[in-house]
Amino acid sequence: MEKTVNQKAWFLVLPVLLLVAFSAVIPLMTVVNYSVQDTFGNNQFFWAGLEWFREMLSSERMWDALGRQLMFSGIILAIEVPLGIFVALNMPKSGFWASFCLVLMSLPLLIPWNVVGTIWQIFGRVDIGLLGYTLDKLGINYNYTQDTIAAWVTIVVMDVWHWTSLVALLAYAGLKSIPDAYYQAAKIDQASRWKVFRFIELPKMMGVLMIAILLRFMDSFMIYTEPFVVTGGGPGNATTLLSIDLVKMALGQFDLGPAAAFSIMYFLVILLISWVFYTVMTNLDKREG
Amino acid sequence: MDWMAWTVPTAIFFAVIATLLITFTVLAIKFPETPRTGILRIETTRGDRLFITLLGSAFINLAWLGLVGASQPYALILCLIYAAAVFRWV
Repeated sequence: MEKTVNQKAWFLVLPVLLLVAFSAVIPLMTVVNYSVQDTFGNNQFFWAGLEWFREMLSSERMWDALGRQLMFSGIILAIEVPLGIFVALNMPKSGFWASFCLVLMSLPLLIPWNVVGTIWQIFGRVDIGLLGYTLDKLGINYNYTQDTIAAWVTIVVMDVWHWTSLVALLAYAGLKSIPDAYYQAAKIDQASRWKVFRFIELPKMMGVLMIAILLRFMDSFMIYTEPFVVTGGGPGNATTLLSIDLVKMALGQFDLGPAAAFSIMYFLVILLISWVFYTVMTNLDKREG
Repeated sequence: MDWMAWTVPTAIFFAVIATLLITFTVLAIKFPETPRTGILRIETTRGDRLFITLLGSAFINLAWLGLVGASQPYALILCLIYAAAVFRWV
């Protein structure tokens, strides 16, 4: 790139910046202030220095929640990405059924998080839920309020149900952009179905897949509502993911200092991932453009 | 502003960051630059390098606190070395 970058256009976002200052920057600054102090309420604060950060860094509770969070994000990515690609490959390419599939696939994406949670909370109940009742009658011991495995299966399946469509729709968009000439060339060379996928479809989908993976990672890393509605973090702490733990600490126990230190570290991780996300996307754009 | 529970150290912390942002904004306007590609193989401007520096410094400080646990100011020296490296090679 030889062109110099003119950064003056950034001034155009000043009004937004003002709004964001009130909705995000000032609250975040307050969190930083809380993180170095202790309070017993009544808006009285006492200097604590780096104590809360030290406590949080050596807190098993936080590392456990981080471990569960990474496991959750890892599992749902390992399921949603291949499944999404598989669905996209098998969707009709044109005509009525293509539109029908697209609408059908978008439906879960339109449902609010807490409603998704409620749907699965009821769906999985052994007494009145279709899933829970059926599994119970089949003799499978399934109770997400008491059994760790059942709770994990429920929140993972719920996330897969809610978000695989996103991966599938993105992958489908990637597939649609491949010109027919590629397939014709593959046919002339008598390439197998696998080779068409491996050497034509997959490389052409790489850009959108990257977006899908990063979006899903970020979103699942910040997930709160759905598992909170279904399991409330239980049984025990089995499904207490990072944000659930944070809310418990800040609002349940009113430990503002440790919760603030926790939030800042959580925020830094999210910021790092967002930056990687942004960098990868802009660089992919440049390479393609 | 009482509800924000300000302390002198955090006020200094934010003042330093605000000063850095303003300085880099002025620099970007007065001396427009060409983005360059460094060892991360991504195009970066001065502002990008500042962001990488600040974010990295936060992690350096946390790592120091978690692993060493004492004499936190030394972590700042490490951050400055890191900053110099980022501005030189990234």
